[in-house]
Amino acid sequence: MLKIQNLTKIYEGGVQALTDVSFEVPKGQFLAIIGLSGSGKSTLLRCINRLIEPTRGKIYWNDVDITDASDEELRRIRRKIGMVFQHFNLVHRSPVLTNVLAGRLGYVNPAWSLVNRFPKSDIENAYKQLERVGIADKAHHRADELSGGQQQRVGIARAMMQNPEIILADEPVASLDPVLAHSIMQYLEKINKEDGVTVLCSLHFLDLVHRYADRVVALNEGRLMFDGLPKDIDDAKFKDIYGREAERVG
Amino acid sequence: MKKKKSSIRRSLGIGLGILFAFFVYAYGFQVTKVNLAETKSEHRQQQLFRILRALARPNIIEYEKEVFEVRVPVMIPCPADGFEPDPIEDTTQPYMVVTPSCSDPRTNVHVEGFNFEPLTRGPLNLAPFESGVNLQLANIEIDRFGHFEATVLLPNRPSDEAHEIIAITRRNVGSPKLTTTAYDTWDKIVETVFLALLATTLGVMIAIPLSFFAARNLMKDVTSSLLGISLSILLIPAGLLLGLQVADWSYQVSQALTGNMMMAVSGSVLSPVLVWFGLRWALPQQENRPPKTNVKFFRFAVMIVAAFIFIIFLYLLSFLLLTWGNALDKALGNFGFLGRFVRDLGDILNTVVRVIVALGVAGFFGSFAGRWGEALSRRKDSLSRAAHVLLAIAAGAALAIILMAITNWFYLFRDINLYYAYAGGVGAVLGLLASLRYKSTDAVPNGLILYYVARTIFNALRSVEALVMAIVFVVWVGIGPFAGSLALALHTIASLAKLYSEQVESIMAGPLEAVQATGANRLQTIVYAVIPQIIPPYISYTMYRWDINVRMSTIIGFVGGGGIGFLLQQNINLLNYRDASAQMIAIAIVVSIMDYISSVLREKYV
Repeated sequence: MLKIQNLTKIYEGGVQALTDVSFEVPKGQFLAIIGLSGSGKSTLLRCINRLIEPTRGKIYWNDVDITDASDEELRRIRRKIGMVFQHFNLVHRSPVLTNVLAGRLGYVNPAWSLVNRFPKSDIENAYKQLERVGIADKAHHRADELSGGQQQRVGIARAMMQNPEIILADEPVASLDPVLAHSIMQYLEKINKEDGVTVLCSLHFLDLVHRYADRVVALNEGRLMFDGLPKDIDDAKFKDIYGREAERVG
Repeated sequence: MKKKKSSIRRSLGIGLGILFAFFVYAYGFQVTKVNLAETKSEHRQQQLFRILRALARPNIIEYEKEVFEVRVPVMIPCPADGFEPDPIEDTTQPYMVVTPSCSDPRTNVHVEGFNFEPLTRGPLNLAPFESGVNLQLANIEIDRFGHFEATVLLPNRPSDEAHEIIAITRRNVGSPKLTTTAYDTWDKIVETVFLALLATTLGVMIAIPLSFFAARNLMKDVTSSLLGISLSILLIPAGLLLGLQVADWSYQVSQALTGNMMMAVSGSVLSPVLVWFGLRWALPQQENRPPKTNVKFFRFAVMIVAAFIFIIFLYLLSFLLLTWGNALDKALGNFGFLGRFVRDLGDILNTVVRVIVALGVAGFFGSFAGRWGEALSRRKDSLSRAAHVLLAIAAGAALAIILMAITNWFYLFRDINLYYAYAGGVGAVLGLLASLRYKSTDAVPNGLILYYVARTIFNALRSVEALVMAIVFVVWVGIGPFAGSLALALHTIASLAKLYSEQVESIMAGPLEAVQATGANRLQTIVYAVIPQIIPPYISYTMYRWDINVRMSTIIGFVGGGGIGFLLQQNINLLNYRDASAQMIAIAIVVSIMDYISSVLREKYV
């Protein structure tokens, strides 16, 4: 159970990205987060694993206060929260395998990982995860030799290496074509359904939301505008979320 | 209407601008003493041409010379009964005729030569009777027919005996060969290239770790509570002192082993094995829950012992390198420099170990202090608030006293204890102010503070010309290439650290974020997200810097820093422009080769 209470983020310079956002995510849910660009979706996701420090508010995960965790506690929390990014965020010049193994950095002893030594079990697991997303043959290629869809699968494999309980996906399909988008979303769905991993996924396209999400929260200028089932987003709600001028497409 | 006004204004502005520029350049001409008359002066032009022509004929190749000397007697002044030289015996051989064959001092005579080696040149000298000297009268150039003519002024050397006029001409014989200047230039250019190589290597080794401290994107996230910072400030100097002490103890222990060669060798083989197994035990590859306290304590103890053994190992290694290096030096004869290199490596290791141990223990203390401070500040009780204020005061005072001690080292104040008291007082007040400014739970951006300190030091160092640094190092290690390479290394550290850090700042933030999100700590993030991204620009900048260092090492010799600059400066001062030209050509060749190699390597690795 992930509990977000009155989360507020004000960036240096006064931009208010999140205002008093509160909601709860039960374990195993596939939660979509929608909203316009700049509505605070990315900030919200990054506050959960404290890549961005919240200004006010609390985030509890299984009754542990993430916002108050010490460095050592944060390391233990972060390693159970996988993250998938819009631009994949792979290290281009490193081999795919190294990128995937990076998912274990929160577990392995830092001293050994600095000299690039990982336990055998981790390496086997890395191959297994790559096989699961269908690119085992690319393990020793440089990450930037892969296509966008393949890179995102590496990103998912990296997140899965963390043996996560939550996956935060920040617009994971926004830079992919529709076909690839569905294949990536299917991987996330599989992880959600088969492994029982809670997924928080920000999305642009409502059809993806309808197809994959159990529940939707919507943000508009940092405020929570909607919290409910995907099918409950009617035209009025839609205009609340996306603004008066917005039109539904697709 | 308004538009028109603004256009008048603009014309006025442009006019004023031109006027201003006129004034600026006029003043520029004045202060740089532009002297056009000088450039047109006949005399100056002659000198310019002479130098340019000398430069165009670098002293690289020479020939064996065959020297021809042709003599003819001359009397100064004419004896009473006149003077008639012996007639020329063989007019097929080279000969000269002087007309008149005797004359008063400071009068002109006409000298004509026949059957000389065509198209040669040389001096025409007067050898006064039995004086053993040659007074140059003129330079002669033999024409295509082996003939020359010259009108020369006789010097004031009146004598009753006949003097001789001697024409000396030379002819190249045999194949061309390299001059001594060429050999010297080769020696020095090799010295220059290696000087630059050593400077670059040393500079790069130190600049790489330092560059991370001057990268804003890495440092801005480094924060700590004021408590942690205060504790670190108090404990790090203690760590440094303890580290030096530990190094000394280890050195003494290693000395005990070095009495016997067998012991030293077996010790240096066994100790790394011990360290390896110790570390394998103390650092499990991964753990899912925090270890128990007693396990933690045992691991800590094992790691301390392992570290101690490792330091002893390094000292043993240094001893072995020193001993074997000396032996090799004697055994290898001509290749003794290899042995001396091994010996010097041992010596360097000996020094570096001391520094590294001191820094290591200090770093260890610092990280512990940071952790304790963090834990204490998180308690949020009255104890942590009291410690917050008291430790800040103590740390402020300590830091100020340390800074004062450094200042005192330069200025040697007379009443230093008084100064210490003042500094301590000011530091304590500043510490108190800091503790009031920040709450005990606030995050102080100590990373940014470190960033600004590092930047300032690099900028200050960079602004000092390598030439000036070379002067300081020449005083320290004596004239020669070693001083030059140390000076260049220092300059390299400053400028590369800045260039490198800018590369770190321009890496993609995405991978950094992704690796952080996995729970990686700061060092892991650097190794897995930063380093792979900065390797290409680092290689490129390193090559570029080597290129610069080769160029700079050519002038560092001007102040005694070794390399080819020394020769070049000497030859320019002695007006040996042909030799200087050879050295300038060597520099040009080396620089263009370097440029080529670096562009090839850059293309390959970037």
